[in-house]
Amino acid sequence: MTSIDDYERSPSIGQPSPALTEKLKSLWETKPGFIGWLGSVDHKEIGLRYIVTAFAFLVIGGIEALIFRVQLAWSNMRLLTPEQYDQLFTMHGMTMIFLYAGPILSGFSNYLWPLLLGSRDMALPRLNALSYWIFLCAGLFLYSSFLMGFGPNAGWFNYVPLAARAYNNGPNIDIYSLGMILLGISTTVGAINFIVTFLRLRCPGMSINRVPILIWGTLTANAANIFAIPSVSLAFLLLWMDRNLGTHFFDTTAGGSAMLWQHLFWMFGHPWVYAIVLPAMGMVSDGLPVFCRRPLVGYTAVALATVATMVLGFGVWVHHMFATGLPTISLSFFSAASIIITVPSSVAVFAWLATIWTGRPVFTTPFLFFVSFILLFTIGGVSGFMTGSVPVDWQLTDTYFVVAHLHYVLIGINVFPVAGAIYFWFPKFTGKLMDERLGRWNFWTMFIGFNLGFFPMHISGLLGMPRRIYTYPDSMGWDWLNLITTIGSFLFGFGVLLLIYNVIRSVRHGPTAPANPWDAPTLEWTTSSPPPPYNFAVIPVVASRHPLWEERLNQSEGSRSQIETGLLLDHGKEALGTTTLDAEPNIILKMPDDTLVPLYLALSMTVVATGLGLVNWWVVAVGGALTATCILAWLWPEARLGETAAPATGEPRHG
Amino acid sequence: MAERHTLEGRLPVGAINTRASGWWAMIFTVFTEASLFAYLLFSYYYLAVQPHLPGTFPEGGQPDLKLALPNTIILIASSLAVAWAQLGIERGNKHRLALGLGIGAALGLVFLIIQYFEWAAKPFTLSSTPYSSLYFVVTGFHMAHVVVGVVMLSALTWWSWRGYFNRVRYAHIHIGALYWHFVDVVWIAVFITFYLTPLLGLRA
Amino acid sequence: MRAVQVAILSTVFLWSNARAAPLQYLTGAGDKATPVVFLTWGLIIISISVILIIGLLLAGAIWRRPGEDWTPGARTALKSHEGGLNWLWIGVGISTLVLLFSVVWTVKVLAEIQAPTPKPAVTIEITGRQWWWQVRYLSDDNARQFVTANEIHIPVGAPVRLKLVGGDVIHSFWVPQLAGKMDAIPGQINETWFEASAPGVYRGQCTEYCGLQHAHMSFLVVAQPASEFRRWWDRQLAPPAPPTGRAQAGQTGFQMRCGSCHTVRGTEAAGALGPDLSHLMQRATIAAGQLPNNGPVLAHWISDPQSMKPGALMPTPSLTETELANIHAYLKTLD
Repeated sequence: MTSIDDYERSPSIGQPSPALTEKLKSLWETKPGFIGWLGSVDHKEIGLRYIVTAFAFLVIGGIEALIFRVQLAWSNMRLLTPEQYDQLFTMHGMTMIFLYAGPILSGFSNYLWPLLLGSRDMALPRLNALSYWIFLCAGLFLYSSFLMGFGPNAGWFNYVPLAARAYNNGPNIDIYSLGMILLGISTTVGAINFIVTFLRLRCPGMSINRVPILIWGTLTANAANIFAIPSVSLAFLLLWMDRNLGTHFFDTTAGGSAMLWQHLFWMFGHPWVYAIVLPAMGMVSDGLPVFCRRPLVGYTAVALATVATMVLGFGVWVHHMFATGLPTISLSFFSAASIIITVPSSVAVFAWLATIWTGRPVFTTPFLFFVSFILLFTIGGVSGFMTGSVPVDWQLTDTYFVVAHLHYVLIGINVFPVAGAIYFWFPKFTGKLMDERLGRWNFWTMFIGFNLGFFPMHISGLLGMPRRIYTYPDSMGWDWLNLITTIGSFLFGFGVLLLIYNVIRSVRHGPTAPANPWDAPTLEWTTSSPPPPYNFAVIPVVASRHPLWEERLNQSEGSRSQIETGLLLDHGKEALGTTTLDAEPNIILKMPDDTLVPLYLALSMTVVATGLGLVNWWVVAVGGALTATCILAWLWPEARLGETAAPATGEPRHG
Repeated sequence: MAERHTLEGRLPVGAINTRASGWWAMIFTVFTEASLFAYLLFSYYYLAVQPHLPGTFPEGGQPDLKLALPNTIILIASSLAVAWAQLGIERGNKHRLALGLGIGAALGLVFLIIQYFEWAAKPFTLSSTPYSSLYFVVTGFHMAHVVVGVVMLSALTWWSWRGYFNRVRYAHIHIGALYWHFVDVVWIAVFITFYLTPLLGLRA
Repeated sequence: MRAVQVAILSTVFLWSNARAAPLQYLTGAGDKATPVVFLTWGLIIISISVILIIGLLLAGAIWRRPGEDWTPGARTALKSHEGGLNWLWIGVGISTLVLLFSVVWTVKVLAEIQAPTPKPAVTIEITGRQWWWQVRYLSDDNARQFVTANEIHIPVGAPVRLKLVGGDVIHSFWVPQLAGKMDAIPGQINETWFEASAPGVYRGQCTEYCGLQHAHMSFLVVAQPASEFRRWWDRQLAPPAPPTGRAQAGQTGFQMRCGSCHTVRGTEAAGALGPDLSHLMQRATIAAGQLPNNGPVLAHWISDPQSMKPGALMPTPSLTETELANIHAYLKTLD
C-alpha cells in the first residue's frame, strides 16, 4: 500500500560550494538558442522583458501625448483633425494605463519577488511566461488597428452609446474590446501567480509580517485584480456582442442601459488605478529607508494601510459617475467613501516622512526620486480629495483639473517610483552601476518638466477648460496655460529619454557593481549582481525584516537570519514550499523546464481574438482547437514534476 | 525572540494535495471566474430593475422549469460522481476513480445536450431583447465552462484509467474536482436568478 | 520652496483671470452655484495648506542633518530603528479630522442645493444632440410650448427646472457660473435646476466626450428681468413675417434644401434633425455657441459647414451663389 513515506525525503542542508553552484547552474540556466529565448521560464528574464516592453509602450504613449500637446499649445490650432486627435488621446490613455502602468510593476515584481522572498522562482513559472506572451500579443493586437488607421477613438473609458455600432461603425472599438479581453487574461494569470507565490514560496522564517512592503503592495494589487478584471472583460465582451451579434445590453433604443457600461467599467476601473500605484508605493517603502539608514517607521501600519486602501478602493467607483443623475443618498455615500479613502494613504505619507526625519538621508538619485514622489503624491492626493466632494466634483469633473489630478497620481505615484526603482535595482539586475551625475540631470528635467507641464492644468481646469477637446477658442483665457503645459511636457519627455539613455549607456559602459552597492538590508542584496539563475545556492532562513542589518541593529545572536547555511534542494530543479502564516517548510516542489507551450498558447488565444475581430467562426474554431491542445499538453501529468504515481526523476523512492 | 526553523526531518516531494501550487492556482481561478459570474448576474439584476413593458422581463413570462430543473439535478449528480471518484482514490481505489470521473463526464455531456434542446425551444433569439441577450449569454457562459469541464473530466478519466495517479499523488484530480464543483455551484446561482427570482416577484 | 512659489503665482493668476475666463467657476451667480463656490474655495485652501505643510516637513526632514556620502558597496552606519510612530498618530489623526469636516460640509452643501426654493417657475427640456442643444420650453398651456436651440433665456432671480434628455450619445450640460454638470443620458431623463441671481450672458459647454465636435458644442444662457423674459417668450411664439423679394425665393429654397433637417414654425420646413431656426436672428451665436451670428459668418456657415466644424452632421449643401444669397436673405428675416 503506497503511502506518503514513499514520496518523502530528508533534504540535505549545507553551505554553497563550487560543485553545488555548478550543478544548480546547469539545472536552472536558460537553454541556449531559440528554445531558451522563446521558452524561458526564468522569472528574471520574464521580469526584464516586461520592463522593457512596458517602457516601449511608455515612450509610444508619450509620443502620442506630445503630438496632441502641440495641437493644444495654443487656441484654434489645426495640426490635427478631430478624428486624429480622438484616436491619439484614446490610444494615449489606453497605452499608459493598460500597456505601461500595470506591466511595468508586474515586471519589477516578477524579477524581485523570488529574490525578496528567498525563493528559487515564482510558484508557477510557465504561467509567468504565459502572462508575458499574452501581454505582448495583446499589445500588438491593440496597436494593429491604430497602425491601420482605425484606432479606438471613443476614449479609454469607451462610453456607450458613442462606442456602440450606431455611432462608431468601423473595427476601431471591436479591436479595442477584444484586445482588452486578451490583456485581461494576461493580468489575471499573472495575478494568480503572485498570490500563489506569496502563499506558498516564502523561505523559512519569512512570516507574513516580515515580507518587504513591495510584497504587500503587489499582493494587494493582484488580489484586487482577481476580483476586478472580470468586470471590464465582461463589459468589453458584452459590447462586442452588441456591436456584432445584435444583443441589447447597452442598447438604449431597445431597453438596454448605457449606465450598465459605466458601472461595469468603473467597478474595475477604480480598483485598477490603485493596483497600478500600490506596488510602486511599496517600492518606495522598501527603497527609501535604505537611504535613510534605518528601517521603515510603522511597517505594520503601512502594510495594513496598503490592504485598507485596496479594499476601500472597491467601494468608491461611483465617484467617476457623480454627474449621471444618481440619487442623493448614493452620491453622499460614495462621496464620503472617496474622501475617507485618503486616511490610509496619509498613514503611508507620514510613515515616509517619519522615516526620513528620524533617519540620516543619503543623497543618491534613487533617493531624489523617492522623496519627490512624496510631494507629488500629496499634490495628487489633495486634488483627488477635492474631486471626492460631490458638489465640487460637479464643477471639476471632465475639466483639466481632473487631468492634472490623474497625472499627478499616475506619473507621481507610478513613474517617479519606477524611475527610482530603476536606479535602485539596476545594479542588481545588470551588475553595473548607473551614472550618478547623469542621474541628477535626469531627475531634475523630469521633476521640473513634470510640474511645469501638469501643475498649470489645475488652473486651466478651474478656469473651465473641458477634457477631450481637440481645440479651444481664444477668448477662454486658457492659451498661456496650455503653452506652458506643452513646453513642460516636452521637457518631461526629454527627461524620460535621459533615463533611457542612462540605462543603455550604463549597461554598456557602467562600472561593475558589487552585490550590495547601497548597503541595503533585504535578501536580494545577498546574491551576486546579477543573481545566478537559481537565485540562492542554499535556501536562506530569515529571522527579521532586514536580514543584512541585524548585526548592526543589535539583534540577539540566537535570532539571526542564516544566509550561508540552508537547504540545498539540488535533486533537480527544486523549490521549497512553506506554510502560509509562519513559513515553515512543508514540501519540496519540482519546477518546470523551459518550454514553448506558453508562447504557443498565447498565439492560439490571439488567433481566437483575431477570428472574433473578423467575425470569422472558422478562424475562431481553429484558434479554439489550438488553445485546447496547448492547454492539454501543458497540463499532461508529468513524472518529472512529481505529478504522477511514478517518482520524479532522480528521486529516491524511499527516504 | 529566538526562532530557529528546523530543517531536519522529511519533506514530501512533488505535487501533493493542497500543497501543490496548482491547487492554489485553481482556487484563485475559481475566485476570478466566480467574480465573472457575479458581474453577469449583476447585469441581470441591474437590467431587471429598470422599467420594462409587461411580459418582457422575463421575455415570454416565467421561464419553463420542465427541462431546467431535471438538468440541475443531473449536474448535481455529476458533481456527486466526481466526489465519489475522489474519495475512491484517497483510499487507493483506482477503478472507482476512473469510473466516477467517467460518469461525471457523461452526465456533464447530458447536461449540455438537454440545455441545447432548451435553447432551441425558446421563443426568442440572442438579439430579440435585453432579456433574451442576458439569457443566452449568461447560460452560454455557463455552458462554455461546462464544455471545458467535460473535456477536462474526459482527460482525467483517461489519465486515471492509464494508472497515472495513486492515493498520494492525485493533484490533478483534486484540482479538476474543485473546478467541476465550482461549475455546479455557479449553475445553482444562475438557475436561481433566471428561473426562481421571477417566481419571487422580480419580473415585469 | 518651489511648491510655495507655484501656489502664490497661481492664486494671483487665478484672480486676475477670473473675469477673462467665461467658463471659470471660482465665482458664481446663483443659489445653486454660490454654496458650491464657498465649498470649492474651502477645499482649495485646505489642499494648498496640506501641500505646504507636507512640503515643509519634507524639506525639514531632508535637510536637518548634514548629508551622507555614498560609495558603492561601503557599509555605512545605521540609525537605530526606534521611534517615529508619533508622526503617524498625530499626522493621521489631524488628517482624519480635516477629512471628516470636509465630508460633513460636503453633505450639507449637497442637501442644500438638491432642490430649489421657491419652486421653479419655468421648466425647460434640453436634449443633447451631436453637436448642438435642442431646447424645448414646457408649459401647462400646450399653445405656449416652443422649441429653440443653443441659446437659453431665463428669468433673473427665479429657479429654473431642467430636464435633460439624451438624444443620441451621452452629453453633459454645464454652465459653470450657474451650476455644476448634469449628464444627458439616452434611456433616462435627468432633472436638475439652476438660478441666475444677476442678469447677463453665461456661457455653457458640453462636458462629456461625445464625438468629433465635442470641442465645439457650447451654448449661452441669457438671464433677463422677468418682463423682458416674458417678451422674449412671446416673440418665440410669434409666427414668421411673410418674406418678400429675394427672401421669398429664399424661403422656397430653404424649404427644399434645408427643410428636411430644420424647422421654421409656420412654414413647410419641419425637419427635426438639426436646430430649430424659427427665430434664428434672435440668437447671438450659431453652430452651438461657436460663431458670431452675423451676415458673412452665417453665409460661410451655410455654404461650407465642414470647413468651420469638420465632422458636423450638416452636409455641404453645394448651393449656387444665387441660392445662397436668397437663403441667406430669408434667414435674416427670421427674427
